[in-house]
Amino acid sequence: MGRAAKFDAIVAGGGHNGLTAACYLARAGLRTLVVEKNDWLGGAAVSRELHEGWTYSNCSYVCSLLRPEVVRDLDLPRHGLQVIPYTGGTTFTRDGDYFAYHSDRHALEREIARLSPRDVEGYERFALAVMRQCRFIRPLLLRTPPDPVAPGPRDVAELVYLLRRFHDLGPRETGEAMRFWTASVGDYLDGFIEHPLIKAHLAGSGIIGTGLGVYSPGTAYVLLHHYMGEVDGAIGAWGFARGGMGAVSGALASAFRAAGGEIVTGAGVERILVENGRAVGVALDNGDEYRAPIVASGMDVKRTYLGHVEPQHLPTDFLAAVRRFKIRGSSGKINIALDAMPRFLAAPEGASFLSGDLHVSESLAELERAYDDWKAGRWSALPYLDMLIPSRIDPTMAPPGKHMMTLFVQYAPYDLARDGTRDPAHWDEAARRGFADAVFDRIEAVSPGFRDLILHAEVRTPVDLEREVGLTEGNIFQGELTFDQLLFNRPVPGYADYRSPVKGLYLVGSSAHPGGGVMAAPGANAAREILRDAGRRCRAERAFRAA
Amino acid sequence: MNRMARETVSPRPRPASRAGLIGTPFEARLRALSTAEDWMDWAGCLSPRALGAVETEYFAIRNQSTLFDVSPMRKYRVTGPDAARVMDRLVTRDVSRLAPGRVAYVLWCDEDGMVIDDGTLFRLGADDFRLCCQERQLAWLNDIAWGFDATIADETDDVAALALQGPTSHAVLEAAGLGLPALRPFGMAEPEPGLTVSRTGFTGDLGYELWVRPEGALALWDRLWAAGVDLGLRAIGYAAVDIARIEAGFIAAGAEFQPIHRALRPSRGRTPFELGLGHLVDLAKPHFNGRRALVRHAKDGPRRSLVMLDIEGTKPAAGAMIYRRGRHEVGHATSAVWAPTAKRNIAFAEIEARAALSAGLRAEIYTLKEGRWERTMTRATVTDRGVFRPPRARATPPGRF
Repeated sequence: MGRAAKFDAIVAGGGHNGLTAACYLARAGLRTLVVEKNDWLGGAAVSRELHEGWTYSNCSYVCSLLRPEVVRDLDLPRHGLQVIPYTGGTTFTRDGDYFAYHSDRHALEREIARLSPRDVEGYERFALAVMRQCRFIRPLLLRTPPDPVAPGPRDVAELVYLLRRFHDLGPRETGEAMRFWTASVGDYLDGFIEHPLIKAHLAGSGIIGTGLGVYSPGTAYVLLHHYMGEVDGAIGAWGFARGGMGAVSGALASAFRAAGGEIVTGAGVERILVENGRAVGVALDNGDEYRAPIVASGMDVKRTYLGHVEPQHLPTDFLAAVRRFKIRGSSGKINIALDAMPRFLAAPEGASFLSGDLHVSESLAELERAYDDWKAGRWSALPYLDMLIPSRIDPTMAPPGKHMMTLFVQYAPYDLARDGTRDPAHWDEAARRGFADAVFDRIEAVSPGFRDLILHAEVRTPVDLEREVGLTEGNIFQGELTFDQLLFNRPVPGYADYRSPVKGLYLVGSSAHPGGGVMAAPGANAAREILRDAGRRCRAERAFRAA
Repeated sequence: MNRMARETVSPRPRPASRAGLIGTPFEARLRALSTAEDWMDWAGCLSPRALGAVETEYFAIRNQSTLFDVSPMRKYRVTGPDAARVMDRLVTRDVSRLAPGRVAYVLWCDEDGMVIDDGTLFRLGADDFRLCCQERQLAWLNDIAWGFDATIADETDDVAALALQGPTSHAVLEAAGLGLPALRPFGMAEPEPGLTVSRTGFTGDLGYELWVRPEGALALWDRLWAAGVDLGLRAIGYAAVDIARIEAGFIAAGAEFQPIHRALRPSRGRTPFELGLGHLVDLAKPHFNGRRALVRHAKDGPRRSLVMLDIEGTKPAAGAMIYRRGRHEVGHATSAVWAPTAKRNIAFAEIEARAALSAGLRAEIYTLKEGRWERTMTRATVTDRGVFRPPRARATPPGRF
């Protein structure tokens, strides 16, 4: 038996949402403890030096969704957070062509016209339609979803708010919104744009982190999810956290400590302690026990309720709904220390778009085939790659002249197929090498000599993400962002308000509304509900006023 | 007997009677880099407002390093046995405490205590000063120096200058063979004959200013440019600098104050106290221009206060009127910007001194939204000047990034 102590609130998991909730609780005057199983903080928002001189953004790698209200409330820049936007991007094809995306309007129009003159207006219409949907959905991010089935007074008010927003949209736009929330990204893009390569470039955002293909219904919303962020009011813009994504967690941890919070690392939650239907604390895997009347879990919904709460404390229906929750891993991550800047054959000398997101792809049809591989339990032979070289912008990531590449790879299954069976255990060293080879081959085709530049690579399969970060099945969003699991259905119907069947036990991670990405919205929303139950007002209320 | 100060004349006269803007010694490089073709008039010189995207240029200041051509700045050299006495007579700070090899931010006032201009004063030697500022001061310096044994030279066109600013700026110097790890903020050094480097700037970040004869300008540019290839060095225009300086809490002539020598309306004059720069006024100093009036102003207190406001929302409060309790107009914003690194919506505002302490301030912000103006009365609170002042700006030796 180890240490024991009493707190007002305990947050299980030091990911960015757990830390966000912890900050709000501590600032409201609660004596708050964060416990983290790893020796480092951050969950999937982490920077680690695995090769001397190089900093990796090991999991999440770019920043946009982080709610500006939270950044301001918690004064994260003063705690060291600096977000640097990147602009542009490109998709290379195997036959040596490319489509370059530019943030400069004129450059973008000229580039689209080079491939397909009619698509200049098509893209404009597409961008406008997406922005309209963003305007509609963004205010919902920092609100607690209403329960439409058993509505209390607050739920009714919230439902009226929702209906009024739909009313303001008008019938045609409401129809568009419905289409957007349910359509496939492929079908949606087909309605605006003709050129296959431009469509392939834009479709990526619709499948990232999701076990669906570009023609699966629901992927248009996933695209929206990636567009509704911002950098300095530029909606849809993405940036790098200076020093890697760990800088987000670092700033949150610093803000939390400044508010008097305490952090324990290197010891994970073994069990959430429940007595008489109430959460009373946590027991850690090192034998320590901490007591508090509030336990907030940053872990995903499955890990929290199926792994760390004894089933007798939870209703059968609730457990069944949690078991049904879709949280399939679909992606891998490779972080690479590069000896020099890779040369991309198609890119003109000094191309600025190499500082943005790079892809290798041909068409929606090819992306759909990549998904077919995943369904069959294989990694994609021709995977979708979201590759960035943050060191081109952020000087802290690699020594001068050297580079760090972050590679998001889709698709990769959690339970790999082999000899007719599917099992996560099939991800052995040979499989990981095979997976990485498929990726490196793909890059080598557009950047000859790429392999020779690799000094070190961290290869992470869905299984690694589950083991190291704690994400069930390696799903980066703590649950898929499909309409059946969004808003008042997230994580499960009846529990979208961050509460659980156990009094005093809350869910603060991305399994809850509004979902995944380094957004800090679930953590901030959950903190608001926790403080409401505790009868405390948030001292920093700006985020909540804005909502 | 003629007691006028001596004055030397520049060997590089500007072309007389030429209309339009004149290029600086860095013109060739700036023109080659410009894609935005967004130029502005800085003291009659062709100066970039932006060379590419302002956003990219701003973030290069806060994340990498940047080159900004500051050659158009007015530069005056004051030398001679009485040079220190002349400078002490000019500025409100105590120049005797400025050691050779050091730089000071200074203000100077007319006899009513109204600010004429602000600038940086370099003490190159015991009897050797350089004053850098926005406004022409040649006649004023001659007036100040009348009866003293000093020589005044307008060096504006004889010294080319570059601001090298940003967290990798020292790494760039080092890569160029000009590393100055021991140089403290507001220090200066001569790493090579003919090249002066000072650890000064207008961005609030780590940074340097390099001073060189015009004939060495392009060679210096090329040398830094080559050194900066792997350190993210970018050339930038004033628009990015303007964002950085507001974020750092630095005032600009013509925005936060109207130089009194150019003001048509005498009531536009402001004392250093009213600009929040009272700490730069040394009333213990025996005599300097404007002292008598400033003693009185110090006793009476300021009429108005220049404050930094933290404004809710994200819409910059450019030109906004400021109200107290939603009704009483108490002042206006002089410069406003969304601070992209501090992530705050900030504005310098000049408000009635009494209002500076009161809660309930609001900024009246107008925003044009697709053909329709929207007006909001947005909550504003007085905050510390300089919402972004990172420790790396002051670290000695400076960091790699």
